[in-house]
Amino acid sequence: MNNDSSGSAEPVVMGIETSCDETGVGIVRGHELLADAVASSVEEHARFGGVVPEVASRAHLEAMVPTVQRALDDAGLTLADLDGIAVTAGPGLAGALMVGVGAAKAYSLATGVPLYGVNHLSAHIAVDTLENGPIPEPAIGLLVSGGHSTIMMVEDLAGKVTQLGASIDDAAGEAFDKVARLLGLPFPGGPYIDRAAKEGDRAFVRFPRGLSAAKDQEHHRYDFSFSGLKTAVARWIEARRLDGEDVPVNDVAAAFQEAVCDVLTRKAILAAKEHGVDTILLGGGVAANSRLRALATERAEQAGITLRYPRPKLCTDNGAMVAALGSHLVAAGVSPSRFDFPANSSMDVEIVSLADRL
Amino acid sequence: MRVLALDTSTSAVQAALVDLDDDEQFLISFRREINARGHVEKLAPFIEGCLDDAGKRPKDVDAVVAGIGPGPYTGLRVGMVTAAAFADGAGVPVYGVCSLDGIGGNTRGRALAATDARRKEIYWAVYEDGVREGEPQVCRPAELPDTGADYAIGEGASKYAGELAVPAEAEPVYPDLVKLVELAAPRLLAGAAGERLTPMYLRRPDAQPAAS
Ligand SMILES: [Zn+2]
Repeated sequence: MNNDSSGSAEPVVMGIETSCDETGVGIVRGHELLADAVASSVEEHARFGGVVPEVASRAHLEAMVPTVQRALDDAGLTLADLDGIAVTAGPGLAGALMVGVGAAKAYSLATGVPLYGVNHLSAHIAVDTLENGPIPEPAIGLLVSGGHSTIMMVEDLAGKVTQLGASIDDAAGEAFDKVARLLGLPFPGGPYIDRAAKEGDRAFVRFPRGLSAAKDQEHHRYDFSFSGLKTAVARWIEARRLDGEDVPVNDVAAAFQEAVCDVLTRKAILAAKEHGVDTILLGGGVAANSRLRALATERAEQAGITLRYPRPKLCTDNGAMVAALGSHLVAAGVSPSRFDFPANSSMDVEIVSLADRL
Repeated sequence: MRVLALDTSTSAVQAALVDLDDDEQFLISFRREINARGHVEKLAPFIEGCLDDAGKRPKDVDAVVAGIGPGPYTGLRVGMVTAAAFADGAGVPVYGVCSLDGIGGNTRGRALAATDARRKEIYWAVYEDGVREGEPQVCRPAELPDTGADYAIGEGASKYAGELAVPAEAEPVYPDLVKLVELAAPRLLAGAAGERLTPMYLRRPDAQPAAS
């Protein structure tokens, strides 16, 4: 480790993240965040109403090296100071992932700094260590974003993570984007729905809670479904318009958001209780949603469960989360990855890092 | 001057170490595999292999030269980001060269160099004694204008030989990394500032603005 003779061995790790539309490069020392540089192409996607993979990949290539340089400058370090380079190997958009993976391999090759290909989902969990310190194990992770809605069991962040449930159709963040569009709100929809909902009535109408019926408890106990909800909102708006009435945007936003947050928090708490786990970690872009945080806090408190989440900027995709997981892997003595690993758009949750395996 | 040369603009994943003297290039080590989906897995190990074969280390590389396409984007970007990041990591300059020139630059007479652009299209340019005329283009093989070329070479030419008005080489020819270094030699030898590599995409991203 590049520490002085003090003997403390806090690994300095750079993390590279390009799984979606953010080119993120973060640098950490142990659990300390030194830099979190992000270049986003979100504005280029706005007029398409969703992330366009080719647009994202082009932006990643353009931003990659400058973002690495900015992160190093912000941290006051050079590549020679690093003990590890971690990169999101998946899951995510294939072409986008390849830019980050290609860059990380080349930096590792040129500098001799060990390389760690890591799982984006575990990185969303690991980022919490930068704010709240080491994660008690086991813990339940609730990851909610435009790409995933997943309940994970984290027994060992360096290697034993399993999926308890996930969305069987749309991710929660996707539902936010689609409903925002129905309501005439901009992309990405999350922040706009959140804002509108603050002025609305959550109980204005009760939208369906996917996979919450008794019959779903056996096969989809911890799974989510949001496409039916989106359809229900669309039908409700259409019926209202056919009746010649205005659509109360704030109320619909609030009622929709309540349906999403209700089912997310209910199932996460259930998973924690049934597995005897007393900590829930909230992560992913939708974890920045104020109602999700409030409802999760309230229900965790009632259940005697500790709820942890980092500040909103660390919830969205960024390089710091990848660096945080990398730092954890280095500290745990996990083997680095070989140079021949692929970018894996559908990487299994259970593969935390590509150490010694393909 | 020792140059790392990379090109991933075609289905050939390629890396080489090339020594550049005043006006001569020597191929020191070379790795290539025809693998249209293997760029991100193969390229870094190939660079490692080239260095190992030559008994060299990354810090022995003085500059990087990369093909900047045109080429199918996903693979092309892997080579370009690898070149840019390696150069940044090693603290050396990187220079871009049109990948088609790595094919057409070696031709004599009037030649059409064409690579596979996927979606039933080719990237192409016309060369007169190895010198390109105009900017590379993309179109369907059957929609090529009358180029006056005597023959056609490259992966796009051999794949669509039946649709071209000119005779095509049966065996695909891939960008020659030594040629790419030769074309960058004036910049390399002049110690020109490194470049920010911009791919020759030639097509806009496929995407429709959302109807609101
Ligand atoms: Zn994410």
